[in-house]
Amino acid sequence: MDAVVHFFQTFPYDLLVIQTLNGIVTGMILALVASGLTLIFGIMDVVNFAHGELFMLGAYIGVLVLTATGSFWLALVLASLIVAILGAAMQIVTLRPLIGRDPLTTILATFGLSLILQNYVLWQFGPVARKINEPITAHFNLFYLEYPWYRLLIALLSAFIIGGFYLFLKFSKYGVWIRATTQDRVMAQAMGIPVPWVYTGVFAIGAAMAAASGVLFAPLAGVSHTMGLDWVLKAFIVVVVGGMGNLGGSIAAAIFISLLESYASIWVNPSQAVIVSFVVLILTLLFRPTGLFVPTPK
Amino acid sequence: MTRHSNRTYWIVFGVVMAVLIIAPLVLPEFWRRFLTEILIWGLLAMSSDLLIGYTGMISFGHSAFFGLGMYGAAAALLLVSPPNLWLAILFGLAGAAGAALFVAYFSTRLRDIYFAITTLIFSQIFYVIIFTWTKVTGGENGLIFTRPHFTIPFLYDVRFTSTIMHWFVLAVVTASYLILRRVTQSPFGMVLQSIRENEGRTRAIGYPVERYKIVSVMLSGIFAGLAGVLYAIQNEFAAPDFVYFITSGDTVIFNVMGGIGTLVGPIVGAGFFQLLRELMSRIFGDQFPYLVPLGFIFIAMIIFLPQGLLGFARRWLNR
Repeated sequence: MDAVVHFFQTFPYDLLVIQTLNGIVTGMILALVASGLTLIFGIMDVVNFAHGELFMLGAYIGVLVLTATGSFWLALVLASLIVAILGAAMQIVTLRPLIGRDPLTTILATFGLSLILQNYVLWQFGPVARKINEPITAHFNLFYLEYPWYRLLIALLSAFIIGGFYLFLKFSKYGVWIRATTQDRVMAQAMGIPVPWVYTGVFAIGAAMAAASGVLFAPLAGVSHTMGLDWVLKAFIVVVVGGMGNLGGSIAAAIFISLLESYASIWVNPSQAVIVSFVVLILTLLFRPTGLFVPTPK
Repeated sequence: MTRHSNRTYWIVFGVVMAVLIIAPLVLPEFWRRFLTEILIWGLLAMSSDLLIGYTGMISFGHSAFFGLGMYGAAAALLLVSPPNLWLAILFGLAGAAGAALFVAYFSTRLRDIYFAITTLIFSQIFYVIIFTWTKVTGGENGLIFTRPHFTIPFLYDVRFTSTIMHWFVLAVVTASYLILRRVTQSPFGMVLQSIRENEGRTRAIGYPVERYKIVSVMLSGIFAGLAGVLYAIQNEFAAPDFVYFITSGDTVIFNVMGGIGTLVGPIVGAGFFQLLRELMSRIFGDQFPYLVPLGFIFIAMIIFLPQGLLGFARRWLNR
């Protein structure tokens, strides 16, 4: 009993609050990455192995545009647009010829894409991580810390992008095309929806979302060529835990996992905190392989 | 298989073996080691072909088994003195088998893409553990040890030269190949192939599909671990880099390039990959990102040459 009392007396409540904020912020970025991934999977049956590389590419293009123009918001928009066009090109060249083949070949093809992108960036920019400044430098006081407003803005912006995307899916004409293709692609084709172009468009949207999150994340930690694998792994975990192809589930799972990881890093160092999300994945696979945030099928 | 094609097979097998046995005697030191390493990578790729080509499951986590084989061998060589070759192999195989059991138990609950992702994530778990547990694994620096002698207990004891190392690796790889070939042609292997073709129907016939999958992942992991042991002995170190995802990715590339479901193909693929890489770094310098052109070749092969180099050659010969 004494041990319990002692635990609660010495418990770092201030750290808990700070880590909750941190967890929500990274969780929202992760949700943005993962919703692109789960969208591409849900509609095209393609696991996009290069998704982390699109994230990284977005961050790098963001850095370039920022150093050229000095405007962070321009960098955010331009990076998303450029990566969206690149994503569309990649989809047309590599994934379109594979439509109708074993879905496993698409994971191999996108793996090839990630190899090319990652090594090209390493060659072009070198192994040293780049740092960029936060566009908003204002802080507010949180216990003994000066917490940057920018982090909260990231969470808001991510929520805004995801929300906008949801409205697009729900109400716009092209959103209806996308949902129709998800439900029944043969029927959608019969109704005159250009299904191959829907695929290309979806891939481009997913790529743009990854790039946007890359730019948003860039000021928090350095931009390096290896950041892609870390993020794609996390996004995969989120997508499996949230239930593949389930948008709401992946958002919930992204925040859940990021919160757990940032709480864990109160006690262990951050590189070991990753193991927490692995454990969540294993437990999910053991007890609820269809995903944690999916209603039980009746 | 007809009798005639069977005879052709053994003739080709004999010729290739003869070439590989004589090769270290005529090749200069660098290319001798190069050839040995191709054989080791080939063994790793061959082990994963059992999953990709025969059971129809793509593993992106073979680096875990390879790495555990390496660290197992390192443990045996550092803890037991005098260092013993067979003990190193035993420890390495035990390490890989342990990792394989763990991975197999969880990941075989999932199929297709989910399986690929889970194996990848499991291999990252092992990477994080090995990378951060500095006291035991040496962390980032890895472990360095000296090569044991080549011994046949009570009979023979000789220091490893690069030629003897080559023959030893060749013997191990050939034995593994023959065992894996026998496995794939056995009733067990037939069940694996029927899982690849139609899992639901295989289950409906009454085969315990999960158990077969677990055994095939473990078998594959053990041979990957063997490749790790050989690599550790060849290079006299164990490093966390080899547990990282890149090793698994290379393994998959070897398979696709050489030809999935052929066992020999992955070795051809490993050779092709390493040769191209060496060639490019000689022409364009060390800094050249050889994986960029190789990535393009890889994607082109998936689209236009899905049966790989060996499958292509076979079809071309039969024409």
